[in-house]
Amino acid sequence: MDAIILQLLNGLDKGSAYALIALGLTLIFGTLGVVNFAHGAIFMIGAFCAVTLSKLFNLSHKSSEPSGTDFLGNPKYEDILYVKDWFGESFGAWMIDWSVPLAVIFAIPIMVGLGFLMERGLIKHFYKRPHADQILVTFGLAIVLQEIIKYFYGANPIPTTAPEAFRGSFDFGVLLGFDQNAIIYPYWRLVYFGFSALIIGAVFAFLQFTTFGMVVRAGMADRETVGLLGININRRFTIMFGIAAAVAGLAGVMYAPINSPNYHMGMDFLVLSFVVVVVGGMGSLPGAVLAGFLLGILESFASMNEVKNVLPGIDQIIIYLVAIIILLTRPRGLMGRRGVMEE
Amino acid sequence: MLGLTPKDTTLLIIVAILTLFAPFILNPFPTDSAMAQFNAGYPDLMQRFVIFGIFAIGFNILFGLTGYLSFGHAAFLGVGSYSAVWMMKLLTMNVIPAIVLSVIVAGLFSVVIGYISLRRSGIYFSILTLAFAQMSYNLAYSVLTPVTNGETGLQIALDDPRILDGANAPQYPNLFGTEMNDAVTMTLGPWAFTFSVGYYVCAIIMMLAFYLSIRIFRSPFGMMLRAVKSNQQRMNYTGLNTRPYTLAAFVISGMYAGLAGGLMASMDPLAGAERMQWTASGEVVLMTILGGAGTLIGPVVGAGFIKYFENIFSKINDSILHQWFSFMPEGLEDLLVFLVHPFIGKGWHLTLGLLFMLVVIFLPGGLVEGGQRLSKMFRRKAKTSDEKTDGKTSPAE
Repeated sequence: MDAIILQLLNGLDKGSAYALIALGLTLIFGTLGVVNFAHGAIFMIGAFCAVTLSKLFNLSHKSSEPSGTDFLGNPKYEDILYVKDWFGESFGAWMIDWSVPLAVIFAIPIMVGLGFLMERGLIKHFYKRPHADQILVTFGLAIVLQEIIKYFYGANPIPTTAPEAFRGSFDFGVLLGFDQNAIIYPYWRLVYFGFSALIIGAVFAFLQFTTFGMVVRAGMADRETVGLLGININRRFTIMFGIAAAVAGLAGVMYAPINSPNYHMGMDFLVLSFVVVVVGGMGSLPGAVLAGFLLGILESFASMNEVKNVLPGIDQIIIYLVAIIILLTRPRGLMGRRGVMEE
Repeated sequence: MLGLTPKDTTLLIIVAILTLFAPFILNPFPTDSAMAQFNAGYPDLMQRFVIFGIFAIGFNILFGLTGYLSFGHAAFLGVGSYSAVWMMKLLTMNVIPAIVLSVIVAGLFSVVIGYISLRRSGIYFSILTLAFAQMSYNLAYSVLTPVTNGETGLQIALDDPRILDGANAPQYPNLFGTEMNDAVTMTLGPWAFTFSVGYYVCAIIMMLAFYLSIRIFRSPFGMMLRAVKSNQQRMNYTGLNTRPYTLAAFVISGMYAGLAGGLMASMDPLAGAERMQWTASGEVVLMTILGGAGTLIGPVVGAGFIKYFENIFSKINDSILHQWFSFMPEGLEDLLVFLVHPFIGKGWHLTLGLLFMLVVIFLPGGLVEGGQRLSKMFRRKAKTSDEKTDGKTSPAE
């Protein structure tokens, strides 16, 4: 029982990353009808926003006065961090500690800007081209983006730490009445799950309860009619592209402490996220979220030893297997709308 | 000739001449000169040209003719490699059984995967093939280790049974005794040309593959595949079941991929799971599109182009750049080297990505279309200058 709960929890954080990326992909597909293979790269750039901010905070200069002498008798200078200089000792230390959550604020404008740039600069010209062309050009863009990151940050993963307060693990089992240390779950993953739930909720609320969201939903259902009513739907869709980029980027920022960012992490997630989107149903937002969590949890259940003993290797292929079965039995995915990309 | 139209015969002859004389053509610079690094006429690289050429020709039969974009073709390449190496371990080091088996096994795999994946089309087909390829890759890495030797990759060993080989049979892949690595070097003044057995085996197989693909393109079967690409629904409405045709195309292209994998293992008896990863599938997509999908010669051009520049670009480093730009003033030289630096050496993929984007955006027909446009432009210019002298204007076409 405790093992099952543990796997359920383990599935949640992976599932939240899948769900967030798939949500962004679906937003782009549902609004603009573009299959965006560069979405994984956006996720990766988000993670590198966190890396950049923590590097920026750790910039230092040599102190002007020697603080003492080293063992050879040369004057020794201390490294003084700029943030501590500017914001004071304790607040500076707090900023360094909290660089990942702070990177969320830092990342939003960057990701939205990047999204606008991509949509206006490149993807705009591909609305009328076939899906294969869209896949290919965004695939090229993904290669370019990840090579740029590799050029500046190198090919090795860069460890990024969560704030001190969230670094430990949480003994979940005690809460539910199990033995101590039966279910240990890192705090940060809990934070990640909460964060993604918050973002998913915010996106849905934005689409459901604001006038802007209402127009966007109308545009998703019938773009032409909304355009005929005199609404500049393209401008709104561009904004939605920015929002989708921000969602994927924030997923990346918060994922940095879970898995050290490297330049090809986006590609690794992209393949899975596409599977998630297709399983959920192209263009269906709730479907993307549902399929994301479902596949994340299934994956972690499949990696239990009990399951692996019965079906060796199942943990490696479960997601693809589920995807194949669902695609063949439910042509529109779990929650796809009728008539959207059925063939 | 050989049942081809004169135009196709010319194309086949050009390809044959290019591949047979590749050791000369690709080695235009003397060995000692500074430009020798642009030579591509060494066996290893030439083999890769033709092997990836076969792979891309096969992919083009599926993607170029039917429009089905498969993102999982590398799986067949990997399966082909594994079966070829197994054949060399168990039966004989002769490459013929290895290549035959790799084609058959890849064909069987593609029947199964194609039968399931072709139930859907469009992006769903891409995702299904991708899912199958990733499954094969993950399994080859983990559970199937007894068959694939996991991360280390499958290799031949001295104590393998090789039941058909005698005691003093060659220990390396061979064709009835002639080893694949055998090479003759011809020195002509400052030039050195290497002719390797392996390359010519690959080249002859590629020419056969190319010939077969011309025949498929020009056959009624090829016409049917093109009809599927232009409007599958209309085909269905006329009461025709398109599935057997697309499945046949899928299996043929899978067998081509298996052939390429078998050849790869025959040249270098080693097979690893990374050959099946989806980035490898992406590479063949890049080659086909870059060269020109749906054209006969495009995939070969694309494969050669990518493999050539991959090798050459990744060899260039900063000191070579400094040599090139040394005629410029100091500051300008450094600036140029600084600007070019990200695109060479390890940054080759950046160049590839940018190039690929430019091709997709501006030249959807690939390099072949680029060549056609160029030649058309020159022809038109010649024509307009003729017309000017006549003082006539022609109506717009």
